[in-house]
Amino acid sequence: MNPPAVITAENLTKTYGELTAVDGISFEVSAGESFGLLGPNGAGKSTTMKMIGGVSQRTSGKLSIMGLDPETHGPEVRAHLGVVPQQDNLDEELKVRENLIVYGRYFGLPLSYLRPKADELLEFAQLSDKAKSRVDALSGGMKRRLTIARSLINEPKILLLDEPTTGLDPQARHILWDRLFRLKEQGVTLILTTHYMDEAEQLCDRLIVVDKGRIMAEGSPASLIREYCTREVLELRFGSERNTTIGVELEGVGERVETLPDRVLIYADDGESALEQVSARRLRPLTSLVRRSSLEDVFLRLTGRSLVD
Amino acid sequence: MTDAQLPTAVHPLRAHSPAISASRARRWGSFFYAEQALRVMRGYGWSVFLYSVGQPVAYLFAMGIGLASLVDANSAAVFGGVSYLAFIAPALLVSSAVMTASGDFSYPIMDGFKWRRVFYGPHASPLVPQQIAAGHIMASALKFLVQSVVYFVIVAMFGASPSPWGWVSAVVATIAGLSFGLPLMAYASTITKDAGQFALVQRFIVVPLFLFSGTFFPLDSLPIGVRWIGWISPVWHGTELGRVFTYGLEESPVLTLIHVLFLVGAAATGWTLTRRQFVRRMGA
Repeated sequence: MNPPAVITAENLTKTYGELTAVDGISFEVSAGESFGLLGPNGAGKSTTMKMIGGVSQRTSGKLSIMGLDPETHGPEVRAHLGVVPQQDNLDEELKVRENLIVYGRYFGLPLSYLRPKADELLEFAQLSDKAKSRVDALSGGMKRRLTIARSLINEPKILLLDEPTTGLDPQARHILWDRLFRLKEQGVTLILTTHYMDEAEQLCDRLIVVDKGRIMAEGSPASLIREYCTREVLELRFGSERNTTIGVELEGVGERVETLPDRVLIYADDGESALEQVSARRLRPLTSLVRRSSLEDVFLRLTGRSLVD
Repeated sequence: MTDAQLPTAVHPLRAHSPAISASRARRWGSFFYAEQALRVMRGYGWSVFLYSVGQPVAYLFAMGIGLASLVDANSAAVFGGVSYLAFIAPALLVSSAVMTASGDFSYPIMDGFKWRRVFYGPHASPLVPQQIAAGHIMASALKFLVQSVVYFVIVAMFGASPSPWGWVSAVVATIAGLSFGLPLMAYASTITKDAGQFALVQRFIVVPLFLFSGTFFPLDSLPIGVRWIGWISPVWHGTELGRVFTYGLEESPVLTLIHVLFLVGAAATGWTLTRRQFVRRMGA
């Protein structure tokens, strides 16, 4: 039996004047689940997150968080949540540790709890030695970790992460993923938006692929790849002149050929043998690469566009 | 049965329930945000203190002693029979609070909504936008009050507040700061694009109010055509009210009442518009 849903959205819609940012999406998230919204910029991910976080009112549809409607019970809903916004909004003029304490005060938490808790969270975020530093002295990755630590001050059971690693270097991203993974192990429900497929693959049990405010597909990363792609992909580059015209000559190789401006993708369960077929046709790509299919390919298949423009 | 010696219970760190968080935030949220604002101010504690001590001392010396020696020798009667120092002290007190308010309720609001988006952090917590506005206002009001009290003490030490009710002028200055500052805050919270509006406010509103509000000379001595600046100026209403308390300026009780109503009315209107704009801009 599935654990009870902590978030239920039904036909959730948000319009800004003429623009429909979120167009009737429905989903459920169970307790302890790690749920992702994957899509390009402007897909409506952040708007959805803001509605869940009770800081933006929906235009229509139903939404319930821990059984509460964020429209009528904003403070009660937000008391359940930890929120990591897309843009850090730390108190730059306060010291690192004080940022956590001040934030905890918004939940009415007493200092007797907040002081040791702040130290515990700084350790978790690997920022203990920065406790007395000013926030503006921190690197981007450190600020991000501090924002995550801050979001945990009230021991939320649900954590909303809006593009948690956008703009970070690979090493900082890996540290962050490790921390988020630990939270998941502790049973925290994670809801995250991302346009990085590797992030979604690393962190999400289940995800929805959104584009233009609508859900294009739903499932676990593995099941989505299985459903919409072959096991492997052969990437070929023939140079920008030829990429667009060579498609015809590649017909019949693999299960499907996708022609992009900079490269040609051949979907096949066995990439190496597809490459041999290409060579047999005396086509000489400048570069070739065989890789596993990813969510990027799923997205491309579903929308005909890449995730990151 | 033996009473096993239990080790001293180590209380695991536990946050109270979300329901408690929400009910505390609903009741005390404005104060929680004011606490944040005060903690931020503490970082500038010294400059606030130096400003609130240094500015009055400099002004009182320059105007009250330097200029006053000329004025008092020539035209004491113009200033209601009190020393020039006593005449301008309440005006400087009010102007100082208004100038502080012009800083506190302009750029920090842009910062909160746009630059560093500091209002959006607490907005994701159980606090609501009205409380964020109220907390900011309360912290600044406390700052004006502390600053005005320090200012008043210095004024008193210069012997420029002969009446025992002089201390009320510090409260008047605080309210004058809010009656100028809160309408400014309401305006600042509507700005989405910084195009130098605050520099214009400073040059074309704050400075004229400072100069033409009966600060350095009675409003009556201005031509009638510019006297209206004083009538709509929190600086004039605050200054005249302050004078009633520091040296017993004789004016009609109706006029005194008008000063109070103007100051409180402007502050209340500003607060109401600010709340509305905060809610509009941040969502519920």
